[in-house]
Amino acid sequence: MTKLRFNRSQLCIPYAVFLILFVIAPLVVIVYYAFTNGQGNFTFANFINFFAGTNTLGTLVYSFALATVTTLVCLVIAYPTAYVLARSNFKKKYVLLMLFVLPMWINFTLRITALKEILTVFEGNIAKYPFLNSVIGMTYDFLPFMILPLYTSLLKLDKSLLEAASDLGANRFTVFMRVTLPLSVPGIISGMTMVLLPSMTNYVVLDMLYNSTYIMGSLIGSYFSAYDWNNGSLISLVLLVIIFLVTLVTNRFSDKDAGNRGAVL
Amino acid sequence: MKNAFKFIWLGVVLLFIYVPVAVLAVYSFTDAAMVGGNIGGFSFDNYLNLFKNEELRSMIFGTLVLAFVCAAISTVLATLGAIGSFYSKRITKSLINTANQIPVVNADIVTGFSVCILLIVILRIGKDTFIPLGVGHVVLTAPFVYLSIIPKLKQMDNSLYEAALDLGATPVQALFKVVLPQLIPGILSGFMLAVTLSLDDYFVTTYTKPSTFDTISTYVVNATKGSQTEIKTALWALSTLIFVIVIALVVAMNLLSGRKKEAAK
Repeated sequence: MTKLRFNRSQLCIPYAVFLILFVIAPLVVIVYYAFTNGQGNFTFANFINFFAGTNTLGTLVYSFALATVTTLVCLVIAYPTAYVLARSNFKKKYVLLMLFVLPMWINFTLRITALKEILTVFEGNIAKYPFLNSVIGMTYDFLPFMILPLYTSLLKLDKSLLEAASDLGANRFTVFMRVTLPLSVPGIISGMTMVLLPSMTNYVVLDMLYNSTYIMGSLIGSYFSAYDWNNGSLISLVLLVIIFLVTLVTNRFSDKDAGNRGAVL
Repeated sequence: MKNAFKFIWLGVVLLFIYVPVAVLAVYSFTDAAMVGGNIGGFSFDNYLNLFKNEELRSMIFGTLVLAFVCAAISTVLATLGAIGSFYSKRITKSLINTANQIPVVNADIVTGFSVCILLIVILRIGKDTFIPLGVGHVVLTAPFVYLSIIPKLKQMDNSLYEAALDLGATPVQALFKVVLPQLIPGILSGFMLAVTLSLDDYFVTTYTKPSTFDTISTYVVNATKGSQTEIKTALWALSTLIFVIVIALVVAMNLLSGRKKEAAK
């Protein structure tokens, strides 16, 4: 009888089993449910319902519009912020960065509650500006996720490249456009993906700010409430495909260090 | 950018980030029923209600227990997984890395919905067992623990492990006495990250929780739909309390890491 010998690589077995059971299997199930009906028969009906329904397509378009605007607003606020922070001569840059991402650790529903109260003071009836408020709410929620990767990639930027460019006669604007900006593209891309996907799905922000228009996430929420697992799965599948495509694109610009949600911790 | 302009920019962004939370904090110490409303006077009632109100107290307690238990499970699973996969063959390693990446890039709502379908709809595991909720939170958090440990493994000096074996340690002893201690910083930050992710989660919780159980996120969302002033203003106190705790933790962590650096000199 051979004695079972301990090998370090065996330690990954529990985690591998866990991933197969609770990460891979649920996704397989989603795909199966997306193409079957309540009786378990194969069907394209859910698929057709989604892509032929004006409501659902409208939701997809609205989600994209909201997510795109939110992402751009976050980028416009976060880029200069991350730039100033990363280039500052302040000794403890890290503490400054903390100031900007610290609210990330307060529960987002509580933060949105706070924002809602302030918006109510400014706007009176906040239901009058649903799109604007949703953009503000999501920006408020996701801004740290944009600042972090941008900061990381701007901090890593090799200063001698900038000096070389200006020695060679480039003015500050040219240095920024031709050196700094292209080199921070990985940070921009990973920040954008971290904001884009949640802002297509986080319907709680919309609900709390009285925006009754549906986004992709709201569709899953309403199918869940109606016990309609098949149509809910189809929406999940659509989101999975979007995520997959985004990942394919972003992998081309991949930057291993930037972009972890927990990069600061 | 001119210096003055830099400061103004950072100031404006900080105002956007902190004004809502700060205003809410001020109002949490009054007996006002709404922000911008009449302030009758200074009052601790909101804070007392947090502890007096049975519903609020058990909701906060439940959220914390869920976060810490799931973070602990995630940390054990993912630490073993990371060590194991790091020493595995290249194929195994890249398979685990890829599977680990799925929940990281996936939208939380899809993670939650897919776990719900597999465990609750297909396997018919009752929500009241808390198993779907626990599994959901571990799926959500473990991959981030894994990601915070892998870099530490890469930095580790592998010859120490072999030296321990040469000096007569069994592989298990070498693992516990040589490898694990070097991973402690990664394990700790992974654990903290898991706790914060679990505390902040709304979507996985909604789709997997027992109907009578609420975390802070699900409770706040339901509370904003209701019109109970007492609950609403108690939540202001909760938000302020979390804000203060987060600041205290960040300051403490900075002091600690500052001291470590001093000691290293």
